[in-house]
Amino acid sequence: MWSHRSGRLRAHGYNLQEQRDRWREREAALRKARREQHLVSKRLLRDNDLEEARDEFQNKPLEELEVLHLLRMSQRGTEKEKEKALISLRHSLQHPETQQTFIRLEGSIRTLIGLLTSNWASLQMEAARCLHELSHADQPNVAEACLPSTSYLLTYLSGHSADFIELCLYTLGNLAVESEAVRRQLLPQGIIPALALCIQSPHAAVLEALGYTLSQLLQANEAPKEIIPSVLDSAILPNMLRLLHPTPELGASVAVEFAWCLHYIICSQVNNPLLISRGALSTLGLLLMDLARAASGSVDTGLDLLACPVLRCFGNLLAEEGAADAGVRADFGDERIIVAMFILMEFFIQHQPSLVPECLWVLNNLTVKDPGLCTAMLSLDLVAPLLQLLPISRVVRILVLTILCNIAEKGPFYCQRLWPGPLLPHLLDILTLSDSEVVGQSLELLQLLFVHQPEAAQDFLQHSGLQALEKHKEEADLQERIQALQEVALGGSSLVPNALALP
Amino acid sequence: MQLPPGLPGRLGSGPAGGPSESPPLPVLRHPAAGAAPFRFAPRARSLPRGHPLFEDGDVQRHAYLQDVITQVSQVPERPRVAAFGCHVAGCQQEFGSLEAYEHHYRSLHTHVCSVCRRSFPSAHLLDVHILEWHDSLFQLLAERQSMHRCLVEGCPDRFRGSRERKEHLVRAHRYPPDFRFDQPRKAAGAPGAAAVEAMEVCPGEAPPPPPTGSERRTYGRRIPSTICFGQGATRGFKNAKKRSDH
Repeated sequence: MWSHRSGRLRAHGYNLQEQRDRWREREAALRKARREQHLVSKRLLRDNDLEEARDEFQNKPLEELEVLHLLRMSQRGTEKEKEKALISLRHSLQHPETQQTFIRLEGSIRTLIGLLTSNWASLQMEAARCLHELSHADQPNVAEACLPSTSYLLTYLSGHSADFIELCLYTLGNLAVESEAVRRQLLPQGIIPALALCIQSPHAAVLEALGYTLSQLLQANEAPKEIIPSVLDSAILPNMLRLLHPTPELGASVAVEFAWCLHYIICSQVNNPLLISRGALSTLGLLLMDLARAASGSVDTGLDLLACPVLRCFGNLLAEEGAADAGVRADFGDERIIVAMFILMEFFIQHQPSLVPECLWVLNNLTVKDPGLCTAMLSLDLVAPLLQLLPISRVVRILVLTILCNIAEKGPFYCQRLWPGPLLPHLLDILTLSDSEVVGQSLELLQLLFVHQPEAAQDFLQHSGLQALEKHKEEADLQERIQALQEVALGGSSLVPNALALP
Repeated sequence: MQLPPGLPGRLGSGPAGGPSESPPLPVLRHPAAGAAPFRFAPRARSLPRGHPLFEDGDVQRHAYLQDVITQVSQVPERPRVAAFGCHVAGCQQEFGSLEAYEHHYRSLHTHVCSVCRRSFPSAHLLDVHILEWHDSLFQLLAERQSMHRCLVEGCPDRFRGSRERKEHLVRAHRYPPDFRFDQPRKAAGAPGAAAVEAMEVCPGEAPPPPPTGSERRTYGRRIPSTICFGQGATRGFKNAKKRSDH
């Protein structure tokens, strides 16, 4: 099996030019698909290359008669002869044209199903592999031709060898993502209860396949109404939360699948309070701390593959009403979650910069209502590193400024630690930009600082802050705020804090 | 990004609460903070699935899925001479690898009815079989109430007879009408009785001797081994020539 069986994720080691080019093409296609809202992927299990190279059926599409011949051979002779025919059939089914030919042949799927449900374990396996190839097809009619097999695939999830169950699961997962019509058959056939039973399996390969299949179901448009409620009601949920944490036996790729499942469930907003009541927030927080420990070992083991969905789950749950309960935070302690976020960000800057904005979004959600976490950021000297992120991108700038606003708005005790310091030169730099959303956010921060810390206004003036503000005077969205700030700085407005007026 | 030295050390090594931190600084919001024309208010944001912030991570995820041309467990060369045979009495199959044997064993020798030696794909189907085929109390009760269980695990519905159950399977669960694991306990000539190949015992085995083992369930009536159900259905292995192609 691939690397997950030795407990490691497959590392993204794109260090050949060829691979880089391929990746760039693939990446552009994926982005386009996402923007057009049809980003769908299937997974394929295939024999090792050594076995494939030997079979002559692989290299070209087959004619109808040839396919018919293989089908007949798969039903005649000794077990080994039938198996051989099925293997050749499977190789031939790698070709889209042969797939079309195959499904057009009358009785072809029935034959496969007959072999799938036969006495012979090897024939069952090979028939399942053929169905799996078909399930992976791009053309919808090929995958949909596999529908008559689903009741059997589901039945087999409760028995048989781990390899066979794994194959059935991936096939079901590929079919599930195909279309709503397919899911309208799978759901009444009991796919959710079947998965709920199967999730007790101790086998890593089975669990990873199950997570994959579940993630495909959960992405459906109709999932919030038709699928997620029954998943939340079933034994899947507690097991999913348990499986989020990688273990030496199960490896991280199992956790990756279930983290994505949880992400889709949380985004659907069907019942996030339930997840919080089951301890999801502390599970996720502890997991992030573990990931940070792994990250400080500085080895790129593909931990971003797990960190990405975990960050999203954590961030979105933090935004729920019930999450503000301090009792929840007590589980993982104020300081350590902040430390974890920064260690992860440092790691991602090198290995996966696209995750830095996601980390900052989580930091925002953490610091909104929590004075303890804001205090931790100050006492751990994390403001300066935060400011170092500003040059990365526009989105990062806005998020960093927002986090600083979260801290500053809590009052003078916080602002005293923000100013004086590296904040002033960075803010002056930002005011030279022309992005009005970024500048606007910096104006908000300035106001919070001036209001709570009058010395900040003086400092600002002395460093030609007024001139920096002038640049944006004509901007419609910024005008009023610029004017108000200028008044404050020059000492002529009610925004100047009056010691007696403070509550 | 340059982090303060010793930061990783502050993570601690376990899930227990961290060292006691200093208490949070007092919060004293000025009433003018964020007042018009300013607009800031701290707000935790939830992001929907399709949010632009999530684009990069989604792309990575799908690249990971699509790039995976995984390897099935290594299927070793099958030697011409079998390495070992199945140890279950009467089973004559032979195997060149442990995986193949494991698959064989689990598909044919687990979930086996100890009365008639048929094997089933799952514990649930085995339970249903034993109840409906080998339990005379069931037969009595079924005359008066709905006792036949649905074949889909987790479905609580019960039916008066196997025909009603089949209708339910097709209608509510979208099962195929010729689902091979739905074996009505009928006399010869009933539909579906001919398609027994899925429920056969080990190939090559003669009709089973009367059960004697301590594991057998005690029923009021045993099915004598001379009785066959269905058209020409035997409990031995149907060889390929006689098996009808569906």
